[in-house]
Amino acid sequence: MKPKILLLVSSLLILASLAMVFVFVPTEANQGVIQRIFYFHVPVAWVAFFAFFVTFVAGIVYLVKRNPLWDMMACVSAEIGLVFTTLVLITGSIWGRSFWGIWWTWDARLTSSLVLWLIYIAYFIIRAYISEEERKARFAAVVGIIGFVDVPIVALAIQLAPTAQHPNGEIFHGGVKGLMLVTLLLSIAAFTALYLLFMVVGISIKKDERELAGIKEAMKE
Amino acid sequence: MSSDAVSNITPLAVETRSLVKAFGNSKVLRGVDLCAPTGTTLAILGANGAGKTTLIKLLSGIMCPSSGQVIITGLELKDNARKVRSLLGLVAHQSYLYGNLTAWENLDFYARMYGVEKRETRISDMLKLVGLEVHRHSRFSTFSRGMQQRMALARALLHHPSILLLDEPETGLDQQGLGAIWDILRYEGANRTIIFASHSFERALSVCDNIAILGRGRIVYHEQACNLNLAGLQQKYAELTQVVKS
Amino acid sequence: MKFWTHVAAIAWKDILSELRTREIITSVLVFAVLILVIFNFTFNADSSLMRQIAPGILWVAFVFSGVLALNRAFIPEKEEGCLDGLMCCPVEREAIYVGKALGSLFFMLLVEVVVLSVFALLFNIAAFQPEIIVVTLLATIGFVAVGTLFSAMAINTRAREMVLPILFLPIITPVIIAAVSAVTLVLDAKSWGDIFSWLVMLIAFDVIFTVVSFMVFPYIIEE
Repeated sequence: MKPKILLLVSSLLILASLAMVFVFVPTEANQGVIQRIFYFHVPVAWVAFFAFFVTFVAGIVYLVKRNPLWDMMACVSAEIGLVFTTLVLITGSIWGRSFWGIWWTWDARLTSSLVLWLIYIAYFIIRAYISEEERKARFAAVVGIIGFVDVPIVALAIQLAPTAQHPNGEIFHGGVKGLMLVTLLLSIAAFTALYLLFMVVGISIKKDERELAGIKEAMKE
Repeated sequence: MSSDAVSNITPLAVETRSLVKAFGNSKVLRGVDLCAPTGTTLAILGANGAGKTTLIKLLSGIMCPSSGQVIITGLELKDNARKVRSLLGLVAHQSYLYGNLTAWENLDFYARMYGVEKRETRISDMLKLVGLEVHRHSRFSTFSRGMQQRMALARALLHHPSILLLDEPETGLDQQGLGAIWDILRYEGANRTIIFASHSFERALSVCDNIAILGRGRIVYHEQACNLNLAGLQQKYAELTQVVKS
Repeated sequence: MKFWTHVAAIAWKDILSELRTREIITSVLVFAVLILVIFNFTFNADSSLMRQIAPGILWVAFVFSGVLALNRAFIPEKEEGCLDGLMCCPVEREAIYVGKALGSLFFMLLVEVVVLSVFALLFNIAAFQPEIIVVTLLATIGFVAVGTLFSAMAINTRAREMVLPILFLPIITPVIIAAVSAVTLVLDAKSWGDIFSWLVMLIAFDVIFTVVSFMVFPYIIEE
């Protein structure tokens, strides 16, 4: 029931934002058509960050309440966050290829995103190396907490570092106004709805997996 | 004053209420109700994998139960963890001692951790008791299995625990070592509650007041030792494991 | 006050045991010096370029040898089940964290003093400046604060040694960046005022991660 509504809402929003991005929004004067990638890049980055925030909060709640549901939530959110961070890196790279002429540069934002990506890779490596569910959940919660606390410090350090002095491209030259702002907001809404859909579906899959494992265990006896 | 009042209401040294411990989806303990009156010795018998070690770990507070309660001298373990832990002594499968430290240094470390008073005298008393006084400055890693087990016992008794938990204290010991361990327990354990996990019926019957059999995560049998003889117990055990298997 | 008695007892038995065998200190020290030597070969640069990249080389040596040392921190606690023994004691779980962290801090500082001397000698750099010492101290506290937590975690996973660097390195990137940048500035004859913002960052990292690790450590060692 609920996933169906979410599916409908996010589909409509995504169609609308696609229409806005490719048809209605004016082309940015300085960068040309490549600038349109930011209507995906920014919302995707926002969702990734929000997803890790959810992992962080769900981790804390799990450690206090010890209800496996919170761990499922943290895990699914981190999965989505990792996928979306990957998309951030890819879209950022594509834009960089066009603007700087290279796929990768140690630009502050790209580098921060890469470190973020590596932190949450570690989150899943930890999960993979522990077989016992309860301990897996506890350790993952701790990594989720430490990782999220670390993110702003990483970003700040990279920002200040002398190595990151690549000419920063301005994303929205002269600020975001009018139709550009509408498009961006619509796109953010669309990706947020998509995140919620993934969350609901992901958690229900996790629940089923858990139930199945319980049944398997019962069958053994 | 208040602690006296508590112990009048519950003269049980150790009590568990529907104790459950699950690792993931597999439940090792599925509702264990156990009690040991103060000053008695309780043997927990069971096959390998019956959950004896898990039960001992739950009683000692190393592990947290998935549900249910552990109540030590009327105090719930979860809410009084540090107070309760100071009442317990534990001899587990492993010695809990550091190989690179000497016998003396090991006991000195744990004496500090337990806040033992008059450390020096207590440690040398303990070393005398377990007969390792001459080895006080030898590294623990150089000790034989029997000596290590005696050290583990010294460690467990260091802080005058009123309850002693022993997890198969006899594994890997020869006949002489066995005798030594039980001599020490009798000497130091006069007024103590002792709970020990074992698979030796003979030992259980000869030293225990009560016997409990743990089978597939539950207490399947709980009886006073004086009502039992070895043959009867073995038959009972066979019956119970048969029932469980079928 | 009892808390610190327990902390001191735990740190002291680690130090005592380590001074007897010198397992960690010797191998970590040799490893760190090897890193310095190998970097010298791999870059094969002239002395002016070498001076530029020297801070980076120094911190690679510190970070990797730190991983090696921290990986060993909880091994003695697992060998005879000693961590369970500690858990039985009427001691706060947090005291175990602080005690183990202080032990590791001691070993790492000891190693770093020697490595810094070797570094000064091999790269012809005045390494023992007060600014560099303060930066190294602050960065090491950060390493140990996070590393002790992750070391306790790694020992309880199937992959053990492999897990620590994967967790540890991304989290401590701010420390590495701050330390390398600060040392580079100091070697360029800049002083306290110029490295101030890096010092603030190191202190912030130390405080935040000591507190957070202190709070979450009990969840790592429980069973």
